[in-house]
Parts: sequence; structure tokens; C-alpha cells
Amino acid sequence: MLVGRYVIQDVIGVGGMGSVYRARDLHFPSVVKLVAVKEMINRAADPLVKKTIVKNFEREANILATLNHPSIPRIYDYFTEDNRSYLVLEFIHGKDMEAMINETAGFLTEERVLAWAIELCDVLSYLHTHKPDPIIFRDMKPSNVMVNSTDHIVLVDFGIAKPFQVGQKGTMIGTEGYSPPEQYRGEAGLHADIYALGATIHHALSRRDPRLEPPFSFAERPLRKINPAVSLELETVINTALQYNPDDRFHDAESMKQALIAAGRKTGILSRVSAGTASTQTSGGIKPLWFFQCEDEIRGAPLYYDGSIYIGSYDHNLYSLNPADGKLKWKYATDGGVVTRPAAFEGDIFIGSEDQRLHVVNARTGKVNWTYYTEGRVHSSPRIAEGHVFIGSDDQYLHAVNLSSGRAAWRFETAAPVHSTPFVANDNVFAGCENGDFYCVDFRGELKWHYKAKMAVTSSPYILDGVVYFGSLDNSLFALDTRAGWVIWRFRMGKGSVSSPYVSDGIAYIGSADGNIYAVNTRTAKEVWRFKTEHQVSSSPVVYKDAIYCGSADGNLYCIEAHSGRLRWKFTTKGPITGSPLVYDDIVYIGSTDHFLYTFLA
Amino acid sequence: MNAFFKRLLGKNTKPLTKVDASTVPLSGEQFKLASTLAPRIEPQQFIIGCGQSIGKQRDHNEDCLFTFSVTMGGESPSSPLGLFIIADGMGGHQYGEVASSTAIRTMANYLLKRFHAYLINPAEGMDEPLQDMMRAAIDEAQKAVSKAAPGSGTTLTAAIVLGQQMTIGHVGDSRACAIHKDGRVDILTRDHSLVKRLEELGQISSEEAAAHPQRNVLYRALGQGDVLEPDIFTTPFPQLGTLLLCSDGLWSVLPDDHLYDIVKDAPNLHVACQSLIAAANDAGGPDNISAILVQLIG
Repeated sequence: MLVGRYVIQDVIGVGGMGSVYRARDLHFPSVVKLVAVKEMINRAADPLVKKTIVKNFEREANILATLNHPSIPRIYDYFTEDNRSYLVLEFIHGKDMEAMINETAGFLTEERVLAWAIELCDVLSYLHTHKPDPIIFRDMKPSNVMVNSTDHIVLVDFGIAKPFQVGQKGTMIGTEGYSPPEQYRGEAGLHADIYALGATIHHALSRRDPRLEPPFSFAERPLRKINPAVSLELETVINTALQYNPDDRFHDAESMKQALIAAGRKTGILSRVSAGTASTQTSGGIKPLWFFQCEDEIRGAPLYYDGSIYIGSYDHNLYSLNPADGKLKWKYATDGGVVTRPAAFEGDIFIGSEDQRLHVVNARTGKVNWTYYTEGRVHSSPRIAEGHVFIGSDDQYLHAVNLSSGRAAWRFETAAPVHSTPFVANDNVFAGCENGDFYCVDFRGELKWHYKAKMAVTSSPYILDGVVYFGSLDNSLFALDTRAGWVIWRFRMGKGSVSSPYVSDGIAYIGSADGNIYAVNTRTAKEVWRFKTEHQVSSSPVVYKDAIYCGSADGNLYCIEAHSGRLRWKFTTKGPITGSPLVYDDIVYIGSTDHFLYTFLA
Repeated sequence: MNAFFKRLLGKNTKPLTKVDASTVPLSGEQFKLASTLAPRIEPQQFIIGCGQSIGKQRDHNEDCLFTFSVTMGGESPSSPLGLFIIADGMGGHQYGEVASSTAIRTMANYLLKRFHAYLINPAEGMDEPLQDMMRAAIDEAQKAVSKAAPGSGTTLTAAIVLGQQMTIGHVGDSRACAIHKDGRVDILTRDHSLVKRLEELGQISSEEAAAHPQRNVLYRALGQGDVLEPDIFTTPFPQLGTLLLCSDGLWSVLPDDHLYDIVKDAPNLHVACQSLIAAANDAGGPDNISAILVQLIG
């Protein structure tokens, strides 16, 4: 109970100087009249400072008392008790905008945020033209904007005495995020409120909290890149409000309001009830340079070697094609489906087949040189290094085959079939296994370390700078230290992945069964972008120049900008694409389950 | 008997002439040569130096530092594990040092508990990603600082070194730097300071930043604000080089090439740390100074 009148019911907020309470006003005993009571605790030790703080408090309370606007809470009373001063304000039934942003799944709609923004401009304009002195709000941010039960906004927290905290050493700490550069220099004019309003709308539409980002970095997070549903018109208005230089922003809140209204009219949002979300993805007029038809599905990846393209097919054959026109040079028949990628070494092509064998074929003639028997179907692609070919098999072994003798140098027993293609680095062989084990084996076939993922590691590892990256069906992309096998980070996807990561320029790219192609920062494990396809992505992305090439079970080959994740073009085949592309000499090669191998200009 | 040997050994019967030799320390060149020919060191191990000074202008020390390393040699050597932390407290009254020491104690306590199982049985490995551990440890420290010293704050720069990789957690304007053998000094962390941000945006030059009146203004610090987003990343340990963790009392007064020269010229990392601190004090010692130097050999 305060001054015998206000019964405190609940704490509704805690700030730097005190708390805000919900209270009942007992002067209205027959009805429940709720008020918000804002408390300020005066901790100053010096009596003069103490007095100044109280004086400022009263001055600001007096200003509030002169304000009359639907978006500003009414002030009923203020008083000081001991070291505490109190403001009694209109209680707003509703939620603050920050809570609305956080509690909304997905993005708030443009029409809703636009309506709020126009009201905020209106109240800022009212404050800025206040007589005798303009009032600068100084603290515009989502948590200071209440959205009431009729979806109108009310500004709360008029920043009574809210200085930066000044440390004794002269070290100041201020976590602002919404404040413009000049406010850090102590110059907060009305343009500062306009910037902060821009920042508030940006946060509401992007869901990116600017307090978690470096200051003044909005230009690095273009709104429409994060939320493509936002109209160009609204983005332009927000960008103007967020200009670094105050003179480049709107001259006043009224002109920003007019710009918002104009943007809303142009997009039609202000004249219609609901905003449609039209997909404007271009399919483009991309045509293959040539295509080659196999007798069954292509599930593997092509190889370029010494003037020829090699591709295996589920029709049991390994094909050698002329890269210029797709003419068949020769085909070699195994006794099982070929779902892997060939490898080449000194004039020979190596290919694994479901006939349980590794076949070694002369690249020029297509005649077999030798074969190596495993005791299970081969779904792993051969990897050649240090005079050996390394390959996994469903026989639950990782095989090391001597290139000169064609005999096993060693076999490493695994807990389950190995579909993953081994990666060789620093005298070690790395491969995943269908029970979730991931192995690091040395050149003698001795286990160095192993890591156990919760589900199968079908994905093939990629190693760069002492870190091994691989996906797992347990929804994760892993980064492990190659030396010790420690998990450096784990990136979670919507579903599991059999796609193999490709790492380039500090970004790991991987497909997932959740339909996305992800770009993940390899230092921070943060998502850089994701690209949504219409079906599972079992294909492994390939980076070439500034683009990613990747297939999807939705039948498309996608060409995506590596840095932005924006679609450049796509090509629709007649069957799901589960194989991976090859890009060589500005030409993209991709096989599809529609039996065709296609080629495009990269 | 003697004649027998003479006959057996042939003509070489002259007594060996005494060579006028004595042991002298290797010259710099010889030492370099010898060190390049040094046998491979197994297991991998750390060399660590650290040092601290109150500086010349402050009356108490609000910096705090922590070093920990463990190496297990023997039949199946495991990767050595190192944990290095620096914190620079701030926030007035006597709370700065409470903030920095609370942050470090909390973090070290949290992480060492997590490492315990691995240290006892390295074959078990660790299931929790290092970056997740680092994030959780910083969260714990954030809570502890907010509780122990409300209104204060501290920078925090921590490195977990394992294998060839180091995972760094960072808030504020202390720094982690890789000092490479060829003289390059890479600043691995990004200062969460207002002037650094203005400098990144091209609004002020690095000279202006160094003299800016608000160069101590941080936009992110442990213990400040409800939401804290630390920078967490993993990067290779500088091969053949040195990792430096330091507070702004060091880096703000010593240019990068100076850092390199001092570390290069010192006979060992302990002396290097003392020399770095002496150099910062010679440059005015405007703030508390803390430095940790780490090399990974083998």
C-alpha cells in the first residue's frame, strides 16, 4: 500500500532505477481501477545530488501532466516517500511490442507493423512539436511500446532520469542498439527518435534484436533479405529513417508518417484487408547445353578426368562421355547399380558398385584392369591417396587397397555399413558409419579416435584446417577437431542429413531432409542463410566461383548465390535429384533419377 | 701387446692432437638451426607465461587472469588441454574487481567440471560441443556477476585450446591475438567498443580512435543488460606462433610490431610477459595490465 491509496498487486517491470507495479486505486472502492505505479529509488548519497534528482523527477512529471495524446498514458499522480519517488499512470491492458515480437511464430505482418509505425510517428510528431519546448523521447524501442487490447500503441517509460552508467574509471557501458550514432556523442535531437523508430520497426519486421548486433549495423542486415515478405516501399522508408547521418533521415516525424502512408498505399496494404504473400521466384530460361540418357536412374556424381566426363548409373554402367557434346566414348558394365562417384588415378578410373566390387577401368579404353571384392554392396565412393584407394562397404569394413597390387593393405572393422566416402588428411582416414559412429583411422588401419553421433553418418566428411565437418541423420552438422575428435560445434537442422558438406571461404554448405540448403559460418556455427527447396536435399552442394550448385528431391538443380543465399536460377528435371553436381571449367554436370545427365553453363 | 694393436690399427699410431675447444653458448643462428633440427616433441605440450601489473595511474587492480593446462603423456598421449581467461572489471566503487574475479571463478569452475570426465578417461571423449560449453560458461558468469556485483561489468576473453583448435569466447575489449613467427599479429577478437565500431564503419581513423575521449565506452560487457550475446568462435591455434590474451592496459599502449619484437626477443614466455608489462608501464601505464602468452609445441 502506498500513501494509503494504491494497493500494489504485481510487479510488471524492473528497471535500472526501480520497478513498475500494477496497483489498485482505492479511491474507487466500488470498481477495480487499475493503475501503473512507477517507482524511482534515489540512491544518491550527496544531499545536493539527491535534491536535484527529485527536482528533475517532478519537472518531468509536470511535463507528462501537460501531455494529451491517445498514445501517451495519462498521469494521475506523483509523490515522494523517503528515498523513493512514484508516478501513478494509466494502466495499459496489453503487451509490449518486444513480447509480441518474441511470442509470434514467424514474422509479424507488414500491415500490422505499418499501422503501429504510423501511430508511433504520430505520437513522436506530437512530442516534437510540443510547446514551449519540444520533447525528445530518447528511448524508443519495442519494450517501451505497449500494444493495447485494440491493437493501438501506447508509449510508456518516458525515460525519467536514465543516464548511462558511469564507471569510476571513466569506463561507460551502454547497451543501446536502437540509438543513433549522435546519441553516443550526447547529441540527441528529434532525428534520434526517428532513427530509433526505424530501428524499432526493423526489429519488429526482422525479429533481429539490434542489442545483439554491433551498433549501427542495420545496413548489414537488409530487411528484405531476412524477411522477404516486406515490401520494397516499406524497406525504403525504414532505411531512410536509419541513415547514419541525421540530415539524411526524415526531417521530422510527420514526413516519415507521410512516407509510411504513401508506402502503404502503393503496396495496397492500406486499402485491402490482408496482405497476400506472392512467391516471385523466377524459374528462368535456363537450358541444358546437352544431356545424355542412361538406362536407369543417376544417383551418383560425375567426375571430370583428362578430357572425359565419367558417370555411373543404376543401370550398372559406368559411362565415359565427351564433355563438349555429351557423345558416348565407352561404357563399362558392372554387375550392380552404380550410385557412387568415380575417382581417377594415373590413367585409371575407380568405381564402386552394388555388385560388391571396386572396379578399376582404363580411362581411354574402358577395359577393366582389376577388381577388388568386398563382401557387401558398395555405396561409398573411392578416395585415392598415398598409393592406396580407400573405400567403405556394406560388409562393415573400411578397406585400404594397395594401388600397385590391387590387394587389401588392411581392413578396418566398423559397427555397421559404411556409405560415407572416406576423406584422407594428415596420414589419417576419416569416415562415417550407418550406426552413427565416425572414425579416424591411421594409415596402418589403427583407430585413432571415434565419435558417436545419435544416428547414421551417411554424409561424407570434409576436412579443412584441422577441422572435420560432416552431417548426420540426427539433424546435426558437426565440426570436430581432427586431432582429438572433440566436438567444436554442432549445428542443428530441421531434419537429418545425408548430404555431404562443402566448406569454402569460412562457410560450410549442406543440404538437409528438411528441404533446406544451409550456409553455416565455420568459426561461429551461426547460420548465414538457408535456402528452402520443395523436398529433401540429399544432394551435396558444390561451390564454384560465387555460387552454390545443389540438387533437391523436388527435381530441381539450384544455382544459389554463395554469400546471400539468393536464387540465381534453377532447372527442373523430371525426377528427384539425389546425386551431386560437378562443376568443371564453367560447366555444371548433374544427374537426375529421370535417367539424364544434364550440363549447364555455370 | 702395444705392438699388436699398432699392427692391427695400421698407420694411425700418432696420439690424437688435443683440440683447443670449450663449450660456448650457441649463437642465435646456431640456436635457430638447432631448433629446426630438434626432434619431434611428443606429446604436444603448452608453454605458458603470464603477468599482471596495477599500472602507474590506478590505485587498485580490477583485472583478473586465469591459466590452466593439463598434459597427459605416456603410452597413448592425449591432446593437451588448456584454459586461459582474462577479465577486466569496471563499473565504479570497488565492484570492478568483484566482477572480474567472479566472472573468472565462475567460468573456470564450470568448465573444469566439464573437463573432469575427459581428464580421467580421455577415451570417453566429450559429447558436448566446445562452443556450447563456452556459451553456457559465459551465461553462468553473466548470472554470477549480475548477482555478486550489480551495476558493475567486466570484459571477458577466454580460450579453450585443444588439439590444433582454440575456441574463444569474448565480450568487451580485452583481446586475443595470434602472434605469428613471421611477425604478423592477428587480432582474433573484435572489441565491443563504440570507437572500434565507429572505426569499422570508417567514421573515424585508427589514430582518432586511439585518442577518442569515449574509447572506453563498451557496448557489450559481462554483467550488463538482460541479453548478452558473446562472440564465440573456433580458429586454429597459431602454428609455431604464440597466443596472447591481454587487457586494454596492454594493447592500448603497445603497437602490434612492438608486441612481436618483445615476444621474439625474450628468452622465454615468462620474461616476455614481464617485458610486455614493463613496456606498457614505460608507455604511461594508464590502466591495469594483464597478459597471458601461450605456445603449443609438438
